Amino acid sequence: MNWSLIWAIARKDLKEAAQNKAAVIPAAVVPLVLIVIFPLAIILLPQAFGEAALGSGFSLEELQSLLQRMPPAVTQALAALSPLQVWIVFTTGYLFAPMFLILPLMMSSIVASDSFVGEKERKTLESLLYSPTSDAELILGKIVASVLPALGLCWASFAVYSLVVNVAGFPLMGRVWFPTALWWPLMLWVVPAVAVLGMASAVIISSRVSTFMEAYQMSAAGVILVLALVAGQITGVLFLSVPVAMLVGLGVWALDAGLLWLGVRTFSRNRLFSRL
Amino acid sequence: MAVIELRGLSRAFGAVRAVRDLTFDLHEGEVFGVLGPNGAGKTTTVRLLNGVLKPDAGRARVLGLDPAVQGKQVRRQTGVLTETPSVYERLSARENLRFSGTLYGLAHDDLEARVNAQLEFFELGQRADDKVAGYSKGMKQRLALARALLHDPKVLFLDEPTAGLDPEAAHQVMQLIARLSHQAGRTVFLCTHNLDEAQRLCDRLAVLREGGVLALGTLAELGRTLWRGVWVELDLQAALPDVLRRDLARLPGVQRVEGEATKWVVQVGGEAEIPDLIAWLVSHGARLTRVMPRRHTLEEIYFELQEAPAGRPA
Repeated sequence: MNWSLIWAIARKDLKEAAQNKAAVIPAAVVPLVLIVIFPLAIILLPQAFGEAALGSGFSLEELQSLLQRMPPAVTQALAALSPLQVWIVFTTGYLFAPMFLILPLMMSSIVASDSFVGEKERKTLESLLYSPTSDAELILGKIVASVLPALGLCWASFAVYSLVVNVAGFPLMGRVWFPTALWWPLMLWVVPAVAVLGMASAVIISSRVSTFMEAYQMSAAGVILVLALVAGQITGVLFLSVPVAMLVGLGVWALDAGLLWLGVRTFSRNRLFSRL
Repeated sequence: MAVIELRGLSRAFGAVRAVRDLTFDLHEGEVFGVLGPNGAGKTTTVRLLNGVLKPDAGRARVLGLDPAVQGKQVRRQTGVLTETPSVYERLSARENLRFSGTLYGLAHDDLEARVNAQLEFFELGQRADDKVAGYSKGMKQRLALARALLHDPKVLFLDEPTAGLDPEAAHQVMQLIARLSHQAGRTVFLCTHNLDEAQRLCDRLAVLREGGVLALGTLAELGRTLWRGVWVELDLQAALPDVLRRDLARLPGVQRVEGEATKWVVQVGGEAEIPDLIAWLVSHGARLTRVMPRRHTLEEIYFELQEAPAGRPA
């Protein structure tokens, strides 16, 4: 396996993606909405307008009853906080966690879906397949090209989110409280594993379908939906403890290893050229 | 030693036999032309020889390697120009060449020198850093050629290399191909529909139809497989008597006499009989102003082959 070739393919794809408005705009707009506007609304509206800002049918008392059904680690962490502090910490510190598992997929699924079938549609795939790279180097290069921006943007979004949550919540919290200990294994261990799972699936789909739209639909409808469910479950587990989060991450990495092995084993120029 | 060997190479896509039982060799420094209508099997053959498609039957060797199992090693030593330029339009020409050179393992300094040399040679230097999307068709074709040659491959597979080029650029490319093969010893596998270009460039030719070889050889060999004898055009200073024409037709080796007055066309068994024909005419008082053995053009040969009934032997 020649990693310089894998990196060359990934770098080329990243350069191309940077020129593609269809890839760049979602990567810029999605984080702006989810990472800046949503948390600002959640933190600032109750401060400005009180409990009424939370909307009809929901009150801080109901939030307290919800918290009582949470694992002890969560209730203990929130025990000493005022109702509005609980609102901020519980929503932005716990309920937003699944979003960071889905975010890389939302931002980079265009790049992953485009990886093979997009090149085929632009008639550049043939010359790439004639290059002296192995089948494994080709598919790994494409996966790296999808995972890197997904993770890079996700981590950058996390940094912005931390800033927004701490700055906007400071008048109420009186301290820098985010991220909590559970976020570190989530961001550094679980999110990369889930990103690899989603991107590798999308790249494999891209190598097997006939049009970009087909690849994108299958990635969006299939991969993101399944991973959204998985993400929900994972986040539930993350309420428990750091070791549990690490264990869950390990399970996803094992899935990744299996998927990558399968992807490399089943990817073949012969099959791609048979359909060109 | 043959640079490329094909032995019974076959490949089908479902019920369609794209390539069937191809058997021939290519030698070092040779320009080998492959002709045939769309779907004749030219592109599939190139793919099989580069190890990006696997054969159903038969085998091939390229530079002593089996492309079906050593594809990566084969592709490192070949350069392929595909039918469409296949260049990255969101990148610049320089970025396209750098990417390709990196995949071929060129070291940084060497890569930069080669990229600059190719950009200058193909007259892309002025717009080397512009996005390829803004290039004309001819510029994209030149860039694709530059990319195919960047790593100095031992074997070149060129599919319609002059398509989309203006006459000057096409002439330049043809000169380059001739120089690469005949001076630098590179072997060129040239797929083309341009019969004039093939006639001028190719040392040998294979004419394909429906995946099989209809005929293979030099232009003269192909002509001989289709037509017996040689036609000789004769221009005379003055018309000869009819009796002389009748005597000429009875001369051993002469198969047919056509024409009239001062322009005759005589069919003889072979080129070796032309001196005797000339000597006989001169000895009988003919004053010849021009003697020209008629060569069949590739166009005549190609259409004769393609229009022949299926199954006609090459």
